[in-house]
Amino acid sequence: MKQSKVSRLTGGLSLGAALLLTGCEGGVLDPKGQVGIDEKNLIIIATVLMLIVVIPVIFLTLYFAWKYRAGNKDAPYTPKWAHSTKIELVVWLIPCVIIVILGTITWISTHRLDPYQPLEHEQEALDVEVVSLNWKWLFIYPEQGIATVNKLVIPTGRPVSFRLTSESTMNSFFIPQLGSQIYTMAAMATRLNLIADEPGTYQGISANYSGAGFTGMKFDTVATASEADFNAWVDEVKASGQALNTETYEALTAPSEYHPVTYYSTVKSGLFDDILMKFMQHHGRTPLAMPDDAMGHSAHQAKHTEAAAHAAVEE
Amino acid sequence: MLGKLTLDAIPYHEPIIVVTLAVVGVVGLLLAVALTKYKKWGYLWREWITSVDHKRLGIMYIILALVMLLRGFADAIMMRTQLAVATGGAEGYLPPEHYDQIFTAHGVIMIIFMAMPFMIGLMNIVVPMQIGTRDVAFPFLNNLSFWLAVSGALLVNISLGVGEFAKTGWVAYPPLSGLNYSPGVGVDYYIWALQISGIGTTLTGVNFLATVIKMRTPGMKLMHMPIFTWTCTWANILIVASFPILTGALAMLTLDRYLDFHFFTNDLGGNSMMYINLFWAWGHPEVYILVLPAFGIFSEVISTFTGKRLFGYKSMVLASGAISVLGFIVWLHHFFTMGSSANVNAFFGVTTMIIAVPTGVKLFNWLFTMYRGRLRFTTPVLWTLGFMVTFTIGGMTGVLLSVPGADYVLHNSLFLIAHFHNTIIGGAVFGYLAGFAYWFPKAMGYTLDEKWGKRAFWCWQIGFYCAFMPLYVLGFLGMTRRLNHSDNPDWNIWLYIACVGAFIIALGIACQLIQLYVSYRNREQNRDLTGDPWNGHTLEWASASPPQFYNFAVEPKVDDIDAFTEMKERGHAYHRPDSYAPIHMPKNTGVGFVMGMLLTAAGFGAVWHIWWLVIAALLGTLAAFLVRCYDNDVDYYVQPDEIERIEDAHLTAVQLDNTLKA
Repeated sequence: MKQSKVSRLTGGLSLGAALLLTGCEGGVLDPKGQVGIDEKNLIIIATVLMLIVVIPVIFLTLYFAWKYRAGNKDAPYTPKWAHSTKIELVVWLIPCVIIVILGTITWISTHRLDPYQPLEHEQEALDVEVVSLNWKWLFIYPEQGIATVNKLVIPTGRPVSFRLTSESTMNSFFIPQLGSQIYTMAAMATRLNLIADEPGTYQGISANYSGAGFTGMKFDTVATASEADFNAWVDEVKASGQALNTETYEALTAPSEYHPVTYYSTVKSGLFDDILMKFMQHHGRTPLAMPDDAMGHSAHQAKHTEAAAHAAVEE
Repeated sequence: MLGKLTLDAIPYHEPIIVVTLAVVGVVGLLLAVALTKYKKWGYLWREWITSVDHKRLGIMYIILALVMLLRGFADAIMMRTQLAVATGGAEGYLPPEHYDQIFTAHGVIMIIFMAMPFMIGLMNIVVPMQIGTRDVAFPFLNNLSFWLAVSGALLVNISLGVGEFAKTGWVAYPPLSGLNYSPGVGVDYYIWALQISGIGTTLTGVNFLATVIKMRTPGMKLMHMPIFTWTCTWANILIVASFPILTGALAMLTLDRYLDFHFFTNDLGGNSMMYINLFWAWGHPEVYILVLPAFGIFSEVISTFTGKRLFGYKSMVLASGAISVLGFIVWLHHFFTMGSSANVNAFFGVTTMIIAVPTGVKLFNWLFTMYRGRLRFTTPVLWTLGFMVTFTIGGMTGVLLSVPGADYVLHNSLFLIAHFHNTIIGGAVFGYLAGFAYWFPKAMGYTLDEKWGKRAFWCWQIGFYCAFMPLYVLGFLGMTRRLNHSDNPDWNIWLYIACVGAFIIALGIACQLIQLYVSYRNREQNRDLTGDPWNGHTLEWASASPPQFYNFAVEPKVDDIDAFTEMKERGHAYHRPDSYAPIHMPKNTGVGFVMGMLLTAAGFGAVWHIWWLVIAALLGTLAAFLVRCYDNDVDYYVQPDEIERIEDAHLTAVQLDNTLKA
């Protein structure tokens, strides 16, 4: 990957960056997955590029202020001098050049780091559906047919493809050490693709204030050492015995803080799409789901809704 | 009868609030006693409350800003202390119920009721003087705008004692700010405070645009306007273009909350993304509204105290214009993480970073204004140098945040908090404080104490770095904003340093209060007799300090940017004409005050659903307005003999000063 070249390029480039990096264990400068690593490098490159202008400006400010102080009668004094085409040209050009370079980097990196874009990887992505509730996180594993509250377990070295929505207010799903965050919004599905490249436990948070219990809206993200460990964990959840159906989900929507980690061995199929559709049922132009055939219809409608939501965001 | 209002709305069980209210009550009572004892109520009413004089309104705006600075800063100290105390699983002393109101109030107050009145206050005092006119285009409207700002500020402060303030963050994003998730009156206070003061701001923008377009003194072309006037003009263009968006967005939120509309709700086809877009379509230009006039102040200060013309005036005007235009097409960078496509995010990222170009040009132009000058290290200059260093760092972190890939991990983190305080304090507030020290003698007639001014500066400067640099680190460490408590040992040390920093800034504010007291006490020694204490370049220094109420006895003729410097060099300054013509002036009026207070009552009624009060207050407002519309006795002429007396006094003082110096 490009990342190794980049990190060699930037490694030890500036004292400032090095200072920032020390003591940053557990944060966004201590990434444990490819997305996070790319973003960290982007931060360093952009910072170094800007320091090329920033350091001279700060230095010149202090130097000129000192050199041209009123007490220094040796320094030249030209009270009427107020224009120089040469200097003007230079002061417009320097920032322009930096911004052209940074703008190019931005354009390319934004496309490469698009949260919606599946990660290029030999392994197929694990699907996880995420619902933010007041004030906890629900994770649904549609393939495995299980769900958890406030604990996310993923295999190391395999991309994870998230679909996200909210039951109530807007939150932002964020695992700082794995990289990008994305908003969760009711009646809309957003997407996010991440990967953990090292096994470990990484804290996940909501990065958008959502009310009184927001501070406690945390979850552990466990990246298991192997696929086998992950499967073992899935079996453990399956053995837990509690089912996530319409009733248990309704109970979950009641506001709670620091909700304990909860496992659900089965999940009503299409639950995520049902949640997505919950607020759309009275929407004039969307056909209502038939009560006797809720599953098939709502899934179909949900697809529709998601596309519309994404289009709306793109506008 | 009283709608939703009951005795339960008074938070008498909250010791912090009760003590605050008691202090406010005692201070208010003392003030009232003093006014009565010295028989100053009439003076206050005739000379200040009803004044349409832009200089007096400016002073009142700045008093409002300073009072609200104290309130907003008290919120800041409470937040920083809470976060320093509530570590390692401790809950601290502010539960979310209270804390969430505090961070909302802090943001709203500092932006809308501290920074805006400060900026508009300086603009009021200076802009008409700089363009050589006698007042703004619509003096009554100016008075009304001020009282609308006060009205909003009153509602925010009433919410402290009656009911609650919003617990949504200062952005008040739905659905959280909708009725389902915020059923209390907090968001309603937020809506009406912003709505009423926002309308006042829009009117100010219109007023000052009309003033600079129609009322410049003879000979002053647009490209002769002093740079501060230019940056204010760009800010006013932004105000007129962006504040109606806020008005609209708040109106829709109001309909959602009061009349069961569904613009931004989760259900029935509402969509909160619309609010978020509209909010920032106003909110982003808003930060340029705050910072552009500050840029103008720095230009004036640097050019005056280096004793040089401003380097690259045209570049400065164009750069300010470029910032204004670009500032309007970057709002989406506030929510790169909402799921927009890569093309959209990249577009808004790149347009945002382009703003760094004109901003960089400005910095270089200040540098080259200092180059080959004779810089006097006065308090305003210290603020300017502090700004140039600090703002450069804030600008850099801003450009970093404009890279979507970086924002995906820094969005909403304390890195962002550090960034915008770095630009708003290091840019706008430092600018206002520079302008405050620079124009204080013009407005009040005596200079500020330099010793306490410099102490204030160093406390602010050191306190700022101490309070906000740790937040950059905390952002990198993964700490997000608006947390009530934390449980991460790596964060603690940075939270402690930040808290200490806030207290150092508090010392800076204390120094400023002492400075005001000391300067007032020594005012006789520090009188500005000439009206030109700094050897200024622009027309405001051609008048007395404080200026004659009509500003200029004769309209100055101008054909240069540094009009007053040119007058002094040609020996035209302090010229006594053979005779004076009568001057047409507006009369004071109490209608603005009455309308402002009635609208406060209407806002209060709307918050608590006291509908009779709303209807009565709105009818009263309309009636007051109609009375004003049909009032023909709104102006008068100052007679030549009075002008002659005032001008002679000034010219004698100038001569006396010259003799003393010689």
